Amino acid sequence: MNASAYNFAYLDEQTKRMIRRAILKAIAIPGYQVPFASREMPMPYGWGTGGVQVTAAILGPDDVLKVIDQGSDDTTNAISIRKFFAKTAGVATTTSTEDATVIQTRHRIPEAPLHAGQVLVYQVPIPEPLRFLEPRETETRRMHALGEYGLMHVKLYEDIARFGHIATSYAYPVKVNARYVMDPSPTPKFDNPKMDDCPALQLFGAGREKRIYAIPPHTTVVSLDFEDHPFTRYRFDAPCALCGADDTYLDEIVRDDQGSRMFVCSDTDYCEGRQAAGHRGTESAAPHKERAHG
Amino acid sequence: MYVAVKGGERAIENAHRLLAHERRGDRDVAEISLAQISGQLSLGVDRVMTEGSLYDRELAALAIKQARGDLIEAIFLVRAFRATLPRFGATEPVDTGTMQVRRRISSTFKDIPGGQVLGPTFDYTHRLLDPQLAEGSAPEAPVAAEPLAAMPRVTDILGRDGLIEASPQTDDGAPVGDLTREPLSFPADRDLRLQNLARADEGFLLALGYSTQRGYGRSHPFAGEIRFGEVEVEFFAEDAGFTVPLGAIAMTECQMVNQFKGSATEAPCFTRGYGLAFGQSERKTMSMALVDRSLRARELSEEIKAPAQDEEFVMSHSDNVQATGFVEHLKLPHYVDFQSELGLLRKLRAEFFEAAASAEPLQEAAE
Repeated sequence: MNASAYNFAYLDEQTKRMIRRAILKAIAIPGYQVPFASREMPMPYGWGTGGVQVTAAILGPDDVLKVIDQGSDDTTNAISIRKFFAKTAGVATTTSTEDATVIQTRHRIPEAPLHAGQVLVYQVPIPEPLRFLEPRETETRRMHALGEYGLMHVKLYEDIARFGHIATSYAYPVKVNARYVMDPSPTPKFDNPKMDDCPALQLFGAGREKRIYAIPPHTTVVSLDFEDHPFTRYRFDAPCALCGADDTYLDEIVRDDQGSRMFVCSDTDYCEGRQAAGHRGTESAAPHKERAHG
Repeated sequence: MYVAVKGGERAIENAHRLLAHERRGDRDVAEISLAQISGQLSLGVDRVMTEGSLYDRELAALAIKQARGDLIEAIFLVRAFRATLPRFGATEPVDTGTMQVRRRISSTFKDIPGGQVLGPTFDYTHRLLDPQLAEGSAPEAPVAAEPLAAMPRVTDILGRDGLIEASPQTDDGAPVGDLTREPLSFPADRDLRLQNLARADEGFLLALGYSTQRGYGRSHPFAGEIRFGEVEVEFFAEDAGFTVPLGAIAMTECQMVNQFKGSATEAPCFTRGYGLAFGQSERKTMSMALVDRSLRARELSEEIKAPAQDEEFVMSHSDNVQATGFVEHLKLPHYVDFQSELGLLRKLRAEFFEAAASAEPLQEAAE
C-alpha cells in the first residue's frame, strides 16, 4: 500500500464533500455542534482524527500547512500529522504562523495574531462543554436547543464557593455569538481571548465523537464568568527564559531533581522569531542544542 | 542548561525501525506466514474480521501479523483500510436458514429437526495443556459425516405456534442503516444497535452480557440456537436487474429466547435477542444476543435501570478502536494543560496557607 493508492489528502471526494457540508452548516450556526459521519483514520481516535478530517476536507494543493501540538511544531504527534499530509497531499508545510494558510492545532492557539484568510483547525477530544455535568447526549442536545445553561453557571459558582476562583484552567467554556456555549477544546484559558473577533476562520473537529463546530471570522466569543468574578487570564510570574516575552503562555521545564525550573514559551515558532529579532531572556547565553532521541 | 526536547522526527523513524525488528523476533526462527495465521489462528482472524467489519481472511491475517498479535491493533488496521473502500451497495439479507451448517446446537430442546451438531468446538474438552501439541502434531483425520441438509431454525419452529414474537419484517425499500456512513443519534433503531454490537469489543459485550445474567437487567435467556457455517451472499445488481451471487462467507448466529411479555390484549410470547458475526465467533454472538435483548428494554416497555439496557452507555463505549484511541491518547503530551492546572493549584495552595496563617492568631485569641 503506498500513498498513491489514496486520494489527494487521503479522504475520498465523497467523504470530503460530506465533511464540507458539515463545516458549512457549522459556520452558519456558530458554536453549534454539527454531527458528521466521521471516518476511521489511519491514526488512533483521540490523536487528532477530527482535526485531520477537517484539514483533509479543506486542504487545497496551494495551501501551506502548519501543525502544532502543545504550541510546538516539534512534538511527535505534530510531526506525525504534518508528515501524513506532506505524504498524502504533497502540500507545502511550514512552522511559521504567519506563512501558514491552514494551521492544525492541539491544545494551543498561536501567540502571533492570525489574519484574514487563515484557517485554524482544532483537534477536539470531547466537544460537549456540558458533558461532565450531564453524560447523556440526548439531554445535552436538548439543553443546547433550549439555551439552558444554568447547570454550567452553577458549576462555575460552586468552584467559587469551594476554591474562591473558577477552578477551570483549560477547556474553559465560552459563549459564541451570544447563543451557544462551546468547548474551546483543551486549550488553556489563557488562549480564550484570542478566539474573540478573530479574523481567521476557526474550525473544530472531534473524530471519535463525530462532531464539527466553527467560529466564523469576527465572531463574538465570551468566556463565561460572573460580574463580581470576571474572567481572568492566567499570568506567569516570570518572562520566557529564552526570548524574554512576558505576555506568552509558558512551559515549565524541570531542570534537575533539586526543584530548579525555568519557564519558556510554549509557542516555539513565536519564541524563535523573537530570538531571531534579538530578544533575549535569562538563559539565552546558554548554548541551545538540539538532541535527537534514538 | 536547558536542552530543547527536539529531534522528534528522527526518534519516530528509529522507533518504527525498532518496532519492525521486534516484530520479526528471532531471525533464526522461520517467519510466520499469512496462511499459517489464517489457518491455525483462525479464531483470532474471525474476531479481527468481525470487529474490523471486513470479511477478508488474508487482510485480517496480515493485520494480525503487522500488529504482532495485538488483536485490537489489528482490528484498527482493518478498520482504517475499510474506511477507504468505495461502497457499491448493500447485499440482500443473508438467509441463515439455508446455512451450510458445520455446528448447530440448541439448549431449549433435547432434539430438533436436523439434530444437534457439535462440530469443531472447545466445549467438553478438558482444559489440560497438551504437551504433544508443543512438539508439533499430526492430528487424526476427522470422522467423515454425511453432508448436512439445510436445517430449520429453532426460533422458526417456536414462531409457527406463535410462542415467540415475530421477527420484525424488513422493509425492502428502506435504506440500510450504516453508522460508519451516517452519524449516530439517539435513540437508535435496532438495525444500528445491532451494527454497533456486531462491531463491538468482544470483551465489553461479554462483561455486559454477563452482568445481565447476574441481575443487572435480567432477561431470563435460553440459547435457542447457535449455528455456525457458510451462507451465500447475494447482491441485487441494478444494471442487470437480477440478483447475483457473490460467494459464501462463514458466519455464526445466536438466537436467544428470552422472558415472555404479554398484556390484556396481547397473548404472552417469548422475546428475542440476536447475535451475528463473521467466522466462528460463539462467545461474541452469545454476548451480543444478550445485550441486544437488554437494549430492547425501551421498545418492550421495561424499566431501564442497568448499564446493559442503556443504549447511550452501551453504544458509546462498545467500540474498542475508539476506546483504545482515547485511552491511549493520554500518552500524548498534555503539558500545556497540566501547566495551567499546576498554576491554578499553586495559587489555591498559596491562598490556603495564607488563610491558615492569618486564622491562627484569631484561634489563639479565642482560646
